[in-house]
Amino acid sequence: MWEKKPFLFLILATAAILVGTAITMILPFAWVNTEADRIASVKPYTPLEQEGRDVYVREGCNNCHTQTVRPLVAEVLRYGDYSKSGEFVYDRPFLWGSRRTGPDLARIGGKYPDAWHYKHMADPQSMVPKSNMPDYDFLSGARLDPDYSRRKMEVLGFPYTEDQIRALEGKTEMDAMVAYLQKLGSDIPWRQSAKTEVLGELVNPSPGASQAVAAGKTLYENNCSQCHGEDLQGDIGPALAGLGMSDSDLFRLLHDGIEDAGMPAFAALGSEKLWQLVNFLNYRKSP
Amino acid sequence: MENPTYDTAVVRSFVNWSILWGLVAILVGVLISFQMVNPDLNFAPYLTYGRLRPLHTNAGIYGWGIGSFMALYLYMVQRLCRASLWSPALAKVQLYLFNATIIAAAVTLLLGFQTSKEYHELEWPVDLMVAVLWVIFSVNIIMTIVKRREEQMYISLWFMLASLVGVAILFLVNAAAVPVSLFKSYSAYAGTNDANVQWWFGHNAVAMVLTAPPLAVFYYFLPKSTGVPIYSHRLSIVAFWSLIFMYLWTGAHHLLWTPVPDWVQTLAMAFSIMLIAPSWGSVFNGYLSMGGQWHQMKENYLVKFLILGITFYGLQTLQGPLQAVRSFSAFIHYTDWVPGHVHMGTLGWVSLVLFAAIYYLYPRLCDTEIHSIPLANLHFWLVLIGQLIYSVSMWIAGVLQASMWHAINPDGSLSFTFMDTVVRLYPYWWVRAFSGVLYLAGVLIFIYNLYMTARKGRASGAPAAQNA
Repeated sequence: MWEKKPFLFLILATAAILVGTAITMILPFAWVNTEADRIASVKPYTPLEQEGRDVYVREGCNNCHTQTVRPLVAEVLRYGDYSKSGEFVYDRPFLWGSRRTGPDLARIGGKYPDAWHYKHMADPQSMVPKSNMPDYDFLSGARLDPDYSRRKMEVLGFPYTEDQIRALEGKTEMDAMVAYLQKLGSDIPWRQSAKTEVLGELVNPSPGASQAVAAGKTLYENNCSQCHGEDLQGDIGPALAGLGMSDSDLFRLLHDGIEDAGMPAFAALGSEKLWQLVNFLNYRKSP
Repeated sequence: MENPTYDTAVVRSFVNWSILWGLVAILVGVLISFQMVNPDLNFAPYLTYGRLRPLHTNAGIYGWGIGSFMALYLYMVQRLCRASLWSPALAKVQLYLFNATIIAAAVTLLLGFQTSKEYHELEWPVDLMVAVLWVIFSVNIIMTIVKRREEQMYISLWFMLASLVGVAILFLVNAAAVPVSLFKSYSAYAGTNDANVQWWFGHNAVAMVLTAPPLAVFYYFLPKSTGVPIYSHRLSIVAFWSLIFMYLWTGAHHLLWTPVPDWVQTLAMAFSIMLIAPSWGSVFNGYLSMGGQWHQMKENYLVKFLILGITFYGLQTLQGPLQAVRSFSAFIHYTDWVPGHVHMGTLGWVSLVLFAAIYYLYPRLCDTEIHSIPLANLHFWLVLIGQLIYSVSMWIAGVLQASMWHAINPDGSLSFTFMDTVVRLYPYWWVRAFSGVLYLAGVLIFIYNLYMTARKGRASGAPAAQNA
């Protein structure tokens, strides 16, 4: 009967489509982003950060970078604490992505100093030699428009001050991008709670062993030279020749990083590799 | 009953334009596959990967996919209803608006006006064009069906009608946004809600654009090509209703292990597994329709395209549900496995069926025979091998990268840095780029074959066929 009546058929087909839609798409609104979901320390974006976010959307960064850490062992080790719904309540649109051609960025904020990001955005290969990321040098030539930014904040309903708007004068899209990246994932104090303690006495397993020094050299080139220079002469970070630190102190520093100075923690490398780095830094033959 | 006058000119124009946009999609696809191995091929700001990838997907899904489906819907609806189009003038408006929309989409995407939502990147003014276009298209198809002179509604018409309402609902809900200027808007939803709405849209765009329409085409052109009817009308009815009912529950399988509520993820996983049944209902219906006709795989190049197409549909709808299982998703999600999966669906299933349908109708629209069957066979083998190399290389790359991401040393540290895993993928990305070139070569042969067919039609002096 209905197979001969197109309008009746359309109504039935629409009803079939709407059942699953109502349950899995509409119903979750009753739970998600409600008070139970909120995290008090998560704040809306500032005008500068929001501008950076808009550049991120415009350039389609989400085509290569995700912004959700899944609660899986290796993933939490690699990126940091897994993502919570309450961290995204100000994200319009969400930017979780679907493919990690580059690494996840949900916890990138605070991992590197600003200077690292400026250099990396302008010329990714200078910081990560075999990276296939395009360079975004042109962002530093594009000025922000404070009036447009004010309008955006009003549409989004985010709090802002006139001082924040005035401060955009003279700032570039690159400044905005770096500010946005530094905000990502840093609204909850996950770095403190994720910190691992080094327990027991620290003893260099093979002080000065040539194999350890050589392995440490490779590790240095892959992880450290971009900030401390190929010959340890210093660049974004300080020069490292003649450090004069004990093996155990140096191990601790590499393991924990120095948050205020922008030195990342390298605990994820594991103790074997950290000792190799210590051996390279403290026992290499000076040229 | 004498046949009415069918409008074929607009069908032919739609075919021509959809092929042009398909060519654009493949050319951009090949370019971005080379950008993956050589970042110097990014030409900022307009031709970077981040802006070109949305252009690639939009040109492919909407330019080539929707463009061809518009052509084939307009063709099929007239014949299945034994009626001429309700409004040929409206169809002509639709053709112009379709091309204007695709051009507007391409230009705005390259300028960076995009929403970031996958397969829904277009900003609100272009969204409005899409909405008008869809209404014009739907009204013409629905009214032609209402005014039909054939009492029964064949299964293809069902899939067509369902896709018309399905796309409308999905598109409108996901498009909701607050404009801040002419080319910038903010999504009406935030965070986890936005993600859930987007992937309800994203996955069901696969249902309503890349499943229902090619099934409508398959159910029409397989019997037309083989000369024998479909195996079971009843099976196609059962498969139809269960397919359109179950699909809408599964969007969150794109969001497993994310902050989306667990029960939404679990429902999505369960319904994804259940979807194997209706999908394979259509696959078996196709295979069983070949009973006693398998020799046609050798003799009839159209059948070859169609049967390989439905085979890839079967593989796709088996692999997809596996990926929707939490444990497997934890492993392969975010890797190259997924592009490998997607391209089996688009290059294998959808495009092979479209090639067959176009090979069937194009000579009839030109009132002649196909220019060269050997060239059509060459086209078949090039796109088949190109697609297989693409998918297989990406599956291997995906498993490789996933196992490196998850590898942990005895002391509890990660075995590989992120860059270690990227460097290992470069050889596979070279293979993928090469496979794209093969596919492109196949499509160029397809275009040449159609061009020569059209020339032959003109040379014989016949006007476009009225009763093809």
